[in-house]
Amino acid sequence: MKYVIVGNGVASIGAIEGIRRVDPEGPITVISEEEFKTYGRPLISYFLAGKVTDERVNLRDDSFYQDNKVDLKLGQKVLRVDPENKSIYLENEEKIEFDKLLLATGGTPFCPPIPGADGPDIYFFTTLKHAQTLDGVCKKLKRVVVIGGGLIGLKAAESLFDRGVEVSIVELAPRILSAAFDDVAGNIVANRLKKLGFNIFCNTTAKEIKRETDGRVKGVLLQDGEFLEADAVVIAIGVVPNVSLAKEAGINVNRGIVVDEKLKTSAPDVYAAGDVVEALDFLSNEPRVTPIWPNAYAQGFIAGQNMAGVDREYAGGLAMNSIGFYGLPTISVGIANPPEDQGYEVVTFVDEEKEVYRKLVFKDDKLVGCVLVGDVDKAGRYTGYIRFQIPVTQKIKFHLQNNEPTPLEWPEDIFQQKWNPQARLR
Amino acid sequence: MKRVYVNPEVCIGCHICELACMTGHSQSKDLIIAFRDEQAQGLIPRNTVDHAGWITASLNCRHCDEPACVQACISGALTKDRESGRVVYDEEQCVGCWSCLMACSFGAIKRHPIKEKIVKCDLCPGSDVPACVAACPNEALEFAEK
Repeated sequence: MKYVIVGNGVASIGAIEGIRRVDPEGPITVISEEEFKTYGRPLISYFLAGKVTDERVNLRDDSFYQDNKVDLKLGQKVLRVDPENKSIYLENEEKIEFDKLLLATGGTPFCPPIPGADGPDIYFFTTLKHAQTLDGVCKKLKRVVVIGGGLIGLKAAESLFDRGVEVSIVELAPRILSAAFDDVAGNIVANRLKKLGFNIFCNTTAKEIKRETDGRVKGVLLQDGEFLEADAVVIAIGVVPNVSLAKEAGINVNRGIVVDEKLKTSAPDVYAAGDVVEALDFLSNEPRVTPIWPNAYAQGFIAGQNMAGVDREYAGGLAMNSIGFYGLPTISVGIANPPEDQGYEVVTFVDEEKEVYRKLVFKDDKLVGCVLVGDVDKAGRYTGYIRFQIPVTQKIKFHLQNNEPTPLEWPEDIFQQKWNPQARLR
Repeated sequence: MKRVYVNPEVCIGCHICELACMTGHSQSKDLIIAFRDEQAQGLIPRNTVDHAGWITASLNCRHCDEPACVQACISGALTKDRESGRVVYDEEQCVGCWSCLMACSFGAIKRHPIKEKIVKCDLCPGSDVPACVAACPNEALEFAEK
């Protein structure tokens, strides 16, 4: 069996490890547009901040590709996928044939049409190359405007701030972080960042990027009329699935590449995983683009196993995010912002002074989401309640609210299944 | 692979497994020095004795076949060792993002009390039986293949 994987992010690593659990020998070829061995993509903010060196951004040992008998082709662009003839074509006109193909092409930064966005001094922040570019110029930067107050924007802002740059964050929503977390968590984080000296502008957006006569960036004019002086702009509004290869190959694409429960696309022997895919969401039981790291790995792993001939269904991804700002940990799992009037029950505990916040979201007798700020030590146990769909009794609910989740209150059969088949809970 | 299995019915909640874990992972390998001095420098047990009413159990890393912590790790600090099956942790590589702590449904990952690092069970490499199992006075912990 000859495997070809397009993309070299974490979904690709999951796929390699998934294939190799089943098929130790079949040749694997990995093609990546990037010029690096696989790295922890979220580490780029640590890299830019100077907290992680070049050598430590690697996600796997140097010998990983060799150990797994992977032919790695870096800095190569795939031009075309031909599912009918089971081949792909590279920019250098090389043709590579496959028995099973995985599309793990990830996402690309979304850039809205802002006047003045074309030209120098505009940066993105989703690849190591982007981080290296910013690393090279940031000594010369005095003031930067970051457009987008989500996870990527805030991490870019934090690392630039750590490098001595004055940073302003512009966010369209009323609060930063409101999509992945919620308003209260966003507020706590915003207060901490403001105290440290970040400028945060919410409820507004960049109307125009103004430039000097020589073309260099002068600043950003906001919708509300305010003008922020800046020598550079980082655009971090979000990423969109990189679906062009799949689309051109006639593969079924919606918002992301459409896959079945085995992560197979509409083309025979072609699979897809990671940020490019629209895969099953565990809680809603519907296909969804959820571009988060653990899901990308899990999808790659399952797709890889299926490619190698094991028959496995993807259990569905659980949205989860963990991010920290200057020692303030912030985690969300599952449904953080439930719609109103659909039978969700929300219980919160807030101490803004101490920067502690806990929000639990229940639906029927199950925990379906949580947001934790400050005290995150029990996060995994909450995840357990969500992932294993543990029935929540009144007593359990009381303990969950008091930050005392324990597996010892799980039903005995689930405890036996997950912890020890011989265990008795009595 | 062999794993540590707990039976809450047999556990008496004495916390001796926690002390054994701390001692086993201490510099001094001495219970009193580990407890009094090294704990102040950040030494903590990797296991947790949990209580729910009178039910108690020592909870710890399952060394899962498909570990959610490894899937969630952004820095390559956590890996599934192919030969031993253990979920192995490289502290040097850890950046303290807490993704693993969030992803582990068993709550088996702890934050280091001082460093921006995690702490997790390593099944006491080099020992035939992990320290917690060896120390359990009521055989509530078992090191076995199931």
